[in-house]
Amino acid sequence: MPVVESPLTLSAVLPPGIYARRARALIGRSAMVGRHIWLLIASGFVEPLLFLAVFGAGFGTMIGPVTGPDHHPMRYITFVAPALLAVSAMNGALHDATFNVFGKLRSKFYDTVLSTPLGTLDIVIGEMSWALIRGGMYSAGFLAVMLATGLVGPVAAVVCLAAALLVGASFAATGMLATTYLRSWQDYSFVTTATMVQFLFSTTFYPLSTYPKALQWAVQVFPLYQAIQLMRDITFDTVGPQTAVHIAYLLVLAAIAFVCAVRRLHRKLIS
Amino acid sequence: MLDTASTASTPPAAPAAPAPPTPWQPAPQTSWQAARCVLGNLWIRHRVTWRSTFISSVLQPTLYLLALGLTLGAHIRPGPNTWGQPYAVYLVPGILVTRAVQNAVGESTYPLLDGFRWTRTYWAAVSSPLEPVDLLNGQVLWVAVQVLESAVAFLVIAAVFGVVTGPGVVLSLFFAMLTGLAVAVPVMAFVASLEREGPWFTVLSRFVILPMTLAAGTYFPVSQLPGWLQPVAWVTPVWHGNELAREAAFGGLNVATLSVHTGYLLLFLAAGYAMARRRFTRRLRF
Repeated sequence: MPVVESPLTLSAVLPPGIYARRARALIGRSAMVGRHIWLLIASGFVEPLLFLAVFGAGFGTMIGPVTGPDHHPMRYITFVAPALLAVSAMNGALHDATFNVFGKLRSKFYDTVLSTPLGTLDIVIGEMSWALIRGGMYSAGFLAVMLATGLVGPVAAVVCLAAALLVGASFAATGMLATTYLRSWQDYSFVTTATMVQFLFSTTFYPLSTYPKALQWAVQVFPLYQAIQLMRDITFDTVGPQTAVHIAYLLVLAAIAFVCAVRRLHRKLIS
Repeated sequence: MLDTASTASTPPAAPAAPAPPTPWQPAPQTSWQAARCVLGNLWIRHRVTWRSTFISSVLQPTLYLLALGLTLGAHIRPGPNTWGQPYAVYLVPGILVTRAVQNAVGESTYPLLDGFRWTRTYWAAVSSPLEPVDLLNGQVLWVAVQVLESAVAFLVIAAVFGVVTGPGVVLSLFFAMLTGLAVAVPVMAFVASLEREGPWFTVLSRFVILPMTLAAGTYFPVSQLPGWLQPVAWVTPVWHGNELAREAAFGGLNVATLSVHTGYLLLFLAAGYAMARRRFTRRLRF
């Protein structure tokens, strides 16, 4: 008899009580809260655009054309824009997955959730989905501006949005995993620093060739580097075998971080 | 005189065992002593959390210097836009001012609302001989100390990278601190009037602090901005701080610019202080 994928087989693998298939409830709750803090959510659109304006337009006049991945010189803002899209996808997902999740851990919100039929897996799926919804909105807003200013083509913009969701998933899962290690609000600055190191050094502002060889290897390990290269491949139409590597890297990272986050959060909440 | 008279009249005390040290401090007599009490309390907290503060206040500006100053800066030719300096050298005073503002504002948002609302330590403090204004003074002093501390640390690191021009940059330190306070003290007044956090800290940082630190002459001169935006930049304290810090570092400080820029910053500071003082008193006393 062929093995049929059914709810029964899934619940046979998972520990009891960890998953009730009701992550939707948590997303609905986040959306309800979101209506009250709409100004906060709306302000998230502004930040990446500000960076685009400042680094693209302000710096652009001081820096000449840059050599892109296809070895053609391009305007500085054209070079920076896809990278800032990746940064925006990262930040949009990370904020919910780290800051907000830690706040809910501290306020014992999840203990309340666990007293309902929902389990840890519902929590992780629910929070990650909300992070993706919110991060996806920011990416869409940023892409709309890129499209309007001719920094990306219409087809590439749609593909970029899908890529932004993948990037968001990787960082949301990694962020939730990192949050399970935080001990206090002060520890949050480790997250900020890790984000900032990636933001500054993942070839956001200059090509990889600027670094010495040894450093180039180190930079390529950063998830944000992979995300930025993926966005540049799509935007500059330089898709090749390396694109598959970027996608695979982000997928594997998302999967590993997701599993580890569920396990660690489960142990933290149940014990 | 009275004191000596009274001691003279008392019989010489027998050599008694030294009194056990009490944890209680005598009540502060002057507002300076009172502010120092508050400062001391903040310092105790700092001793526990300094590691993460150190990361955000020293490591982060160093990373900016490395990435934007030394690496991206290699693509930028020295010229009138960079005061004739290599880009990394040009950037150092700007980072000093910007980080001072960010640190100062950071110390003036969540920690203040924590005192007012979450752990409510301010209410505990004002039930002691401390006055609301002492809390404000202590907090302002604390921000000054904190900003100066991390600015000095950053400057030492910058000197190691060889991007510090001369002794003038020490003066930039104080201008950075002044700018930090000029922005942070009005923020304190704002926070003291907040009933709850709401979206306000994020809105403040995204719509006010971030645009100011990004576009008001930190990374490139204001003249690179579109014409209509330049007057907006001139109004911001950060621009005045950047100008002062660069003039101090690279020469060109004269009485006219010094008085205009410092005057503007002091005006911000004084107006903010007056407002904050009123808000602190009103909130904690009535």
